[in-house]
Amino acid sequence: MSDETKIDLELDLKGLLCPLPMVKVSQNIGNVPVGGVIRAVATDPGAMADIPAWAKSTGNEVLQAAKEGSEFVFLVKRVK
Amino acid sequence: MPEEEPRQKSLAMVVMSGDMDKLFGAFIIATGAAAMGMEVTMFFTFWGLRAIKKNVSTGKTLFGRMLGLMYGGDIMKANPSKFSFGGMGRWMFGKMMGNHNVSKLSELRDLAIDLGVNMYGCQMSMDVMEMPQESFIDGVKEPVGVGFFLLKAQDADIQLFI
Repeated sequence: MSDETKIDLELDLKGLLCPLPMVKVSQNIGNVPVGGVIRAVATDPGAMADIPAWAKSTGNEVLQAAKEGSEFVFLVKRVK
Repeated sequence: MPEEEPRQKSLAMVVMSGDMDKLFGAFIIATGAAAMGMEVTMFFTFWGLRAIKKNVSTGKTLFGRMLGLMYGGDIMKANPSKFSFGGMGRWMFGKMMGNHNVSKLSELRDLAIDLGVNMYGCQMSMDVMEMPQESFIDGVKEPVGVGFFLLKAQDADIQLFI
């Protein structure tokens, strides 16, 4: 899936703990156009619950939340 | 019919504690809520006032100056509610949190201000503890009273007391 999706912004969230992964995504979503996608890589397992919750609350969309080894890779689409 | 924007959710929080652990909780929740698009109100009262204080001495009367001495310093002087050991606990938890890459309390607070969290000192506590608005960091709004907080709280989706 990540091979096909066009990425507008890469975010390195490795090493960051709660609440920063979610906060960084929130601070950067305005830097991609509506319909654009952020690819964010985190190492905090809590982000697997938090980033989808953030998306639900803010009306954005998580296209992917996948564990890859010790990392968690998110594709977040700006909906509005 | 045009699509209506859902009403912005809001969080209203009283911060009465000046304990390090409780302040972590308060600022993590506040920054998280702001990131999730909520309007956040933090009402700092009594021991909580230290969380928004600069590292300056306060107090006009004898008791006020004594309090300023014994309870001086800024947010980084906050001790944990357990295992304080006269400052050892603060150092130890600080080390452990640093090792786990958790942000410092002052960084979380500054982030909260950047994210637009609304912070208010409680006027009555400020008077009693002799901590004027000038002793607070930039970004703290003009002091308010309980009526203002209750108005925010009754309209809020989430109310917390920390």
